Amino acid sequence: MKRIECLRAVYPQLEKRVVVTIMGAVAIELQAIGHRPNFFYLQHAMGLASSIGLGLAVSLPEQKIVVLDGDGSLLMNLGTLSTMAHSGASNIVHVVFDNQSYLSAGGSPTATAQGADLEGVARASGIPNTGSARSVEEFQTAFASALDSSNLTFLVAHVDTSGPSDWLTDLGLLENRFQFARHCQSLARR
Amino acid sequence: MPVSETNSRLLHQTLKACGIQVVSALPESWLVPVIRMIGDDPGIRLIRVAKEEECVGISAGAHIAGMKSAMLVPNHGFLAAVNPIVSLAHLYKVPMMMFIAYRGTFGDTYPWHTPGGTVTEPLLQTLRIPYTILDSPESLERRVRDAQALADASLLPVALLLKYELMMEA
Repeated sequence: MKRIECLRAVYPQLEKRVVVTIMGAVAIELQAIGHRPNFFYLQHAMGLASSIGLGLAVSLPEQKIVVLDGDGSLLMNLGTLSTMAHSGASNIVHVVFDNQSYLSAGGSPTATAQGADLEGVARASGIPNTGSARSVEEFQTAFASALDSSNLTFLVAHVDTSGPSDWLTDLGLLENRFQFARHCQSLARR
Repeated sequence: MPVSETNSRLLHQTLKACGIQVVSALPESWLVPVIRMIGDDPGIRLIRVAKEEECVGISAGAHIAGMKSAMLVPNHGFLAAVNPIVSLAHLYKVPMMMFIAYRGTFGDTYPWHTPGGTVTEPLLQTLRIPYTILDSPESLERRVRDAQALADASLLPVALLLKYELMMEA
């Protein structure tokens, strides 16, 4: 399955959520479907999208935070899984699009191409809900139940090693950051 | 030489007085008492991390949501967090309060802390990170508030170096 098909399938559920993505294909494809003020694309600092998600989650406990991560990024910060699992935060849906590749950095294989099992790491780290999906339907179902769950959820979507042809969009990094912050702070005041 | 419970308590009270509600931390022997006090305080959310880089992400998330936060790390943890400081805090103009145990300076008897002690300030200067050294309990709250003011005005991470004289019993 393609990552953009997964994103399209859950886009209606993302519209009202606080969403943090990594750089590269996830950011480009989500923007191609439609940028919103509640979407933040972390265009560097690989590995930290979930840590930002955790900072948002403890600050906005009434909101469900969706983190759209990747295999290469998560492998750079595996400690985030045990940190989140034992942080007391339950309002995070952590999705990893696993394409087994550092796609936006030239396409070298990641350790998941050799069999590293990110769902297994998440489960062993203490994340209460974990799952994986190999079809768009499976992903859509798993994502919907993650949003309904009152527990922290980790979900691996196994996607093709393909993505966009360009890595830049016309959305400025700081424009995105301040627009997103304004949105989050309006939620905090409610 | 034991860690000063009195000054650890003062540091905890200072964080509270400055409105800090989210603290991420990785323990280091000088920080153990203050982290314990924060952990026992229902008014501050303590997140124990596995690696200091996470603190930069957590503080960024808290700031974006409008919360005042701080990170408590040793200077070798600051060294570990240099990339996210540059590629998240600087790139995205996110103010941060970094409380850094300044190991490897005068008084410290552990050899393994000494390399970090000699590079901490030069590295802060290279990274253009405004910093101050907290070496006594005198006017601690005033100095932390002033650091917060500059961080918020400049949208920069700032560092408060917790010195031996503050953290250890005489």
